[in-house]
Amino acid sequence: MATGSVVEGETGLEAAAAPKPRSEWTMAWRRLRRNKAALAGLAVLIVISLAAIFADVIATEPENHFDILAAELPPGSEGHPLGTDDIGRDVFSRIVRGSRISLRVGFSAVTISAIVGTLIGLSAGYFGRWVDMVISRIIDVMLAFPGLLLAMTVVAALGSGLNNAMIALGVAGIPFYARVVRSTTLAARELVYVRAARAVGMSDARIMLRHILPNIVSPILIMATLGLGGAILAAAGLSFLGLGAERPSPEWGLELSSSRHLLRSSWWISTFNGLAIAITVLSINLLGDGLREALDPQAGAWSH
Amino acid sequence: MAGYIIRRILYMIPVLFGVLIVVFVLMRLIPGDPIEIFFQSGEIGGSGATSREGGEVSRKALEKLRESYNLDKSPPHQFVLYVWDVLRGDLGTSIAYRRPVVDMIASHWPATFALTMASMAVAITIGVGAGVISAIKRHTFVDYGAQMFAILGISFPPFFVGLLLILVFAIKWQTDDGVGMLPAVSNGYGKELILPALTLGTAASAILARLTRSSMLDVLSRDYVRTARSKGLRERVVVMGHALRNALIPVVTVIGLEFGGLLAGAVIIEAVFHRQGLGLRLIDAIIDRDYPVVQGLVLLSAVIYAMANLLVDVLYTYIDPRVRLETTGS
Repeated sequence: MATGSVVEGETGLEAAAAPKPRSEWTMAWRRLRRNKAALAGLAVLIVISLAAIFADVIATEPENHFDILAAELPPGSEGHPLGTDDIGRDVFSRIVRGSRISLRVGFSAVTISAIVGTLIGLSAGYFGRWVDMVISRIIDVMLAFPGLLLAMTVVAALGSGLNNAMIALGVAGIPFYARVVRSTTLAARELVYVRAARAVGMSDARIMLRHILPNIVSPILIMATLGLGGAILAAAGLSFLGLGAERPSPEWGLELSSSRHLLRSSWWISTFNGLAIAITVLSINLLGDGLREALDPQAGAWSH
Repeated sequence: MAGYIIRRILYMIPVLFGVLIVVFVLMRLIPGDPIEIFFQSGEIGGSGATSREGGEVSRKALEKLRESYNLDKSPPHQFVLYVWDVLRGDLGTSIAYRRPVVDMIASHWPATFALTMASMAVAITIGVGAGVISAIKRHTFVDYGAQMFAILGISFPPFFVGLLLILVFAIKWQTDDGVGMLPAVSNGYGKELILPALTLGTAASAILARLTRSSMLDVLSRDYVRTARSKGLRERVVVMGHALRNALIPVVTVIGLEFGGLLAGAVIIEAVFHRQGLGLRLIDAIIDRDYPVVQGLVLLSAVIYAMANLLVDVLYTYIDPRVRLETTGS
């Protein structure tokens, strides 16, 4: 186990020390480009991101514009490609605006988890001894909460709301990054050039950030990509439960929950919002799988 | 073996104590006084407060309530009292329902337990089945179909899948007397369990399918499988007798972790199907800020999760006799 990690670390070292340090990434990009599913995921994700950025231009109706006389129009109605909801709001416009919320929440949560988790994991792996002891026990405790329950407990403390849900998901993701970064750092710490840097008297912070971190970027990137899909799914779930976004926000999970009593008469409201979440998360997962295979060809569930 | 289990349980204690501390501290971060938060819909003035039911609660009664929740004591003191109560099996009293949390657990756990177990059965059947078939029929349409199913399974939100199933089986597909084929609101243990268990189980099966496939492919390329094949054994015997058992070893570990996902997933599924289990109680408690209930339920789920993982590790020894827990379990 441990020897395996060291060997991997050394390959990373050779690549980093080579005259063209970017060659490893160029190779990864070449492998990614051959993966059609990952490219499709990337393309869809770009389209969704553009929709989020230009939401106000793409949406056909102003935010929260309603028209009781045009309520529950089926998809394909004039001016309402995806129909309208129970107070006559355009479903398409709301879904487009919802993309902005989901991407923002997902990115923010993953950023919190990845940055804090990486710093904690680096410290535990690099300093070892009691620092590692304390951090590892904290990680164990955080991982003892099954699934979404840590995030839910944090929401219970902070109160429901989209920003609190985002923070809660960010916190709940920390131990996963910390654990991976810690074990990678443990292996990297013993590398010759890291020991050399320490012997020269380089500061700990500099060694960690300049010499160890670059070697563990790819596992973090893979985790963050797959984690983004998970965070978007979880945020929609919290909103669905009434612990996240609040009305009249067009957040997808909330829309799905507040339109479910209309399932019998107007199935399209829930269905299109659900599809919006599924397509977004699917595109991210396809890209994440592709990245894993491209950056770490030996691992990956589908690499056979 | 017994020594290993005892060691594992001993290690579980500090971790669960940590969970207890985290939950306790988080609940104390709620700004303001929990009793007043609960009565916040009413007026809190010098004379007292109006309860949600509209009745007057005097200031004196509030003080008394606060005392009964030990809120007049300092947080460290409260913590000591709470730990002492937990050790005696008392998880406190719900503020919203004025009912012991242990009683609430006793009356709602069967709904959640049945849901998680049925979902587990669905997840293992679909997940391991799809994974094995996918590996045997590698690079065929069956394999691609199974892979597609797996990635869709981790991308589709379970609450959306649940609503789609309700749309199809409870609303669109009706029997002659106008009743849905399967009930959308699920409190029973018979056919009421089918839709929620399918929803939760399918979501969990996706990960198992991916893992089983890659584990199976790995095992199928091993020498002992080649030997078995060259002995002229039938493919069925090779796959079922020689390969599967070994391929399942990593899968079993993940099943323990998946169980945690099912526990948390049950919260969402219970909300979709209005199933009166512990998950619905937890959501209510979070929204009401009924902290004794949140504390109790989160602690309970952590204990069950830890036990499930212990059980899986023990099961491990039966599948893989090479794992000698007593020597390697340090």
